Amino acid sequence: MMIDNQKKVVIAMSGGVDSSVAAALLVEQGYSVTGMMLKLWADECGEAENACCPPEAINQARQMANIIGIPFYVLDVKNQFKELIVDSFVNSLIQGITPNPCYYCNKQVRWGVFLDRVIDSGFDYLATGHYARLKQNGSTISLLKGLDPSKDQSYVLSGLTQKQLSHSLFPLGEMKKTNVRELARKYSLPVAEKKDSQDLCFVGEQGYREFLKKYSPQALMEGNIVNSEGVIVGRHSGLSGYTIGQRKGLGAGNNDPIYVIEKNIEKNELVVGPLEKLGNDQFSIVDCNWIRPDFLKNPVQFQVKIRYKAVLVNCSIFDIFEDQAKAIVDHPLRDITPGQIAVFYLGDEVVGSGMINSVSKQGGNE
Amino acid sequence: MDRVYLDYAATTPVDPRVLQEMLPYFTENFGNPLSSHYFGQRAEGILEDCRYRIAKLLNTESEAILFTASGSEGDNLAIRGTVIAAKKDYGKDTILISPVEHPAVMNTAKQLRDVYDCKIIELRIDEYGQINLDDLREKINEKTALVSIIFGNNEIGTINPVDEIAKICHEKGALFHTDAVQACAHLPIDIKKSDFDLFSFAAHKFYGPKGVGALIRNRSIQMVAHTTGGKQEHKLRSGTHNIPGIVGLTKALELSINEQESENKKLIHMRDKILSVVPDEIPGSYITGNPTNRLPNHASFVFEGINGNDLVIMLDMAGFACSSGSACKVGDPKPSKVLLALGLKPEMAIGSLRVTLGKENTEAQIDRFIDVLIDSVRKLRKI
Repeated sequence: MMIDNQKKVVIAMSGGVDSSVAAALLVEQGYSVTGMMLKLWADECGEAENACCPPEAINQARQMANIIGIPFYVLDVKNQFKELIVDSFVNSLIQGITPNPCYYCNKQVRWGVFLDRVIDSGFDYLATGHYARLKQNGSTISLLKGLDPSKDQSYVLSGLTQKQLSHSLFPLGEMKKTNVRELARKYSLPVAEKKDSQDLCFVGEQGYREFLKKYSPQALMEGNIVNSEGVIVGRHSGLSGYTIGQRKGLGAGNNDPIYVIEKNIEKNELVVGPLEKLGNDQFSIVDCNWIRPDFLKNPVQFQVKIRYKAVLVNCSIFDIFEDQAKAIVDHPLRDITPGQIAVFYLGDEVVGSGMINSVSKQGGNE
Repeated sequence: MDRVYLDYAATTPVDPRVLQEMLPYFTENFGNPLSSHYFGQRAEGILEDCRYRIAKLLNTESEAILFTASGSEGDNLAIRGTVIAAKKDYGKDTILISPVEHPAVMNTAKQLRDVYDCKIIELRIDEYGQINLDDLREKINEKTALVSIIFGNNEIGTINPVDEIAKICHEKGALFHTDAVQACAHLPIDIKKSDFDLFSFAAHKFYGPKGVGALIRNRSIQMVAHTTGGKQEHKLRSGTHNIPGIVGLTKALELSINEQESENKKLIHMRDKILSVVPDEIPGSYITGNPTNRLPNHASFVFEGINGNDLVIMLDMAGFACSSGSACKVGDPKPSKVLLALGLKPEMAIGSLRVTLGKENTEAQIDRFIDVLIDSVRKLRKI
C-alpha cells in the first residue's frame, strides 16, 4: 500500500550482494525504493568499461532489482566523473602526489552530482551498501564505523558533510558480512560477489602505465635516484611508480638495504636512504572535512588512519585553521604519503578527514 | 502507481482476441507442418491458411510470404539474401539506403560492405528525414543491387513516399525493399499496387506476439538463404514453423486492418495535441521528423539543454513510459545517428524524446502526460 508520508529512497546498486541486500532491507522497512547505478568514465570508453560499472554489473543489478521488485535506472555521469575525478587525479600526479580518487568520488560524484539529482528528483535519501553507521544526536549526525570490523568502510565516507549525511542511509551498518549472506538467501538473491578491484576503476584495459603515458607523461619521466647527500646512486623510471618506504626495485649495486625516503618533484629526483631515515610522525592536512568539529575544541587523544587499509594509531590534532590542520602520531610511520587521506576517529566515531599535504619528523630533520 | 504506456513503437501488448486464437496451437494442434501424419497435416493446414489470409489482407500472393522471427530478421533476409545473390549472379554490389534506416537495415548493409565487399551509397534526406527522389533517380545505376528505404521511421515518425520510390526503382531496373515494421501497424498496405519487391514487418507492433514476422518478396527475385536447413519457406528461412506465432500474426493483422480507420482517428487526434502543445509550452523544444506526414501514433522531440535518457527516467518515475529514441535502453547518452543525420547538433540530439501512442491511451492520460513533461523538462534544466 502506498502511504502518503512514505519516504522515497534511491539505493545505489552495484549488482553485488551488499547493495542488493540493502535495497531489499529498505523495501522491508517500508521505504519507496528505486535502484540506480552510475555510468562512470573510463579510458577508451566504448570499448573499455569503467570497472565500477561494466555491462555485466548493470545486468546483474537489473536482475537483482527485478527480484526485489523495484525500478532500476542507469544514470550517465561520465562527463562529471571525468572532470571532477579523473582530471584532478591526473593533475595531482603532475604535482607529484598520489591521490585517493575513491574518496573524492564519494564526496563529489556519489554524494555530489548524484545526490543533487536524487534530491531534485523528489527523493528523501540516498542509500548505499557501505558498512558504516549513522547516529542522530540532536541536530548533529555521527558517522560511526560499521559493526563488522573486517568490513568497516567509514574511511571512504569520511569526506561527507553533515548535509550529505543527513540525506544518507547505510542499511548494512549494523550487519556482519555473514548476516548479509543469510539475508541474500532469505530474499532469494543470487549471491554474486563483485570482485573488489584494487586498481583504479577508470584506467582501462591497457593498465596504469599506459594510462599515465597518455594523460600524465610527466609522471613517467626518468630521473636520478640520489641519497640524502645528493649523490646520484641510480636512475628511476618516473616518480609516480614509487611509494615512500619502498625497498624493492631501486636497482642493483647497493650493499646496504635502501628505501625510498622522499620524492623531490622539482628536481624529479627519488631520494633514498637507510631505514633509519625513514619514518615521520608529523603531517599537515588540507581540504579538511570535520564531521564533528565540536570534538576538536577539547584536545583529546584521537586515532588516525593514514590510508584505507592502514591500522589505527594514536594521534593528536593541532594548529586547526579553516580547512587545514596538523597532526602528530605517537610513533613514526614509514608510509605517511602526501595525497592520501587521513581519517580521524574518536572511538568508533569519525571526527573528520583531510588530505595529507606535507610530512615531517618531530623536531625536524630538514 | 498508475502507469501509462506511451511506447507502442517499441512493442505492444498482445490483444486478448489474438491470444485466444493462438492458445490451441501450443497444446492441441502442436504438429510440425513438415510431418506427413495427421498432426502434421493439421499444422500445415493452419500455416497455409494463415499465409493465404495475410496475402489477401495485404494484396499479394500466398507464395510471396516468408515467415520470419522478427522485423529485423525480415530486413536481414531481404538485404543479405538479395544482395549476395545479385553480386554473385550479376556482379551488382551496391546498396542504396537512407541515412536514417533502422539498425537492422543499416548494420546489415555495413556487414555486406565490410565482409562481402559491397558498397553503400546513402541517399540525401531533407530536414524531416524524407529521401530526395531526384537524388535517388541519379544514384541508381547498373551496379545497384538493392534500394532499401524505411517506410515509416521508428525514431522520427516520418513517412517516405514509398510508392514513388518503387516506381523510380523499377524504371531504373533496381529492386526495392522497405522496412515497414512501424508503417504496417498503422498505414493501409497494398503490396501489388505499391509494387514493393520486398516488404518486412513484425506482429508485436500491432498487438500480436513477439518473435514472429514476415517478409513479403516478389517471387521472381533471386535470393540466398538466411538460415540454411530444411525446406521451410522455400529454403530461404529454414527452421520449424512457429505456428502459434504465425496464427497470432495473422489474427493481429486482421484486427489491425479492420480497426485501423477508427483507431487512427483517435491516435492522430492525441498525437496532434502533443505535437501542438509541447513546442508552445516548452521553450527550446522542437518536433523531430515531419510535423504532419508522420506515423499516426508517433510524436518525437528534442529539448535544448537536457539529456533524453534523464528525461525518460524522470517520466518513468512519474508513471509515464516513453523512449529517448528507439527502444534501446542504454546508459550511454550517445546522440542518435538518425537525429545527427537530420543535421541536428550533438548537444541538441542528445535531448530526444519519443512518445508513441496506442489503443489503451486516453485523452485524459495525454493531458496529464503533457503537464508532467513540461514539469520534468523544467526540473532537468534546473539541475
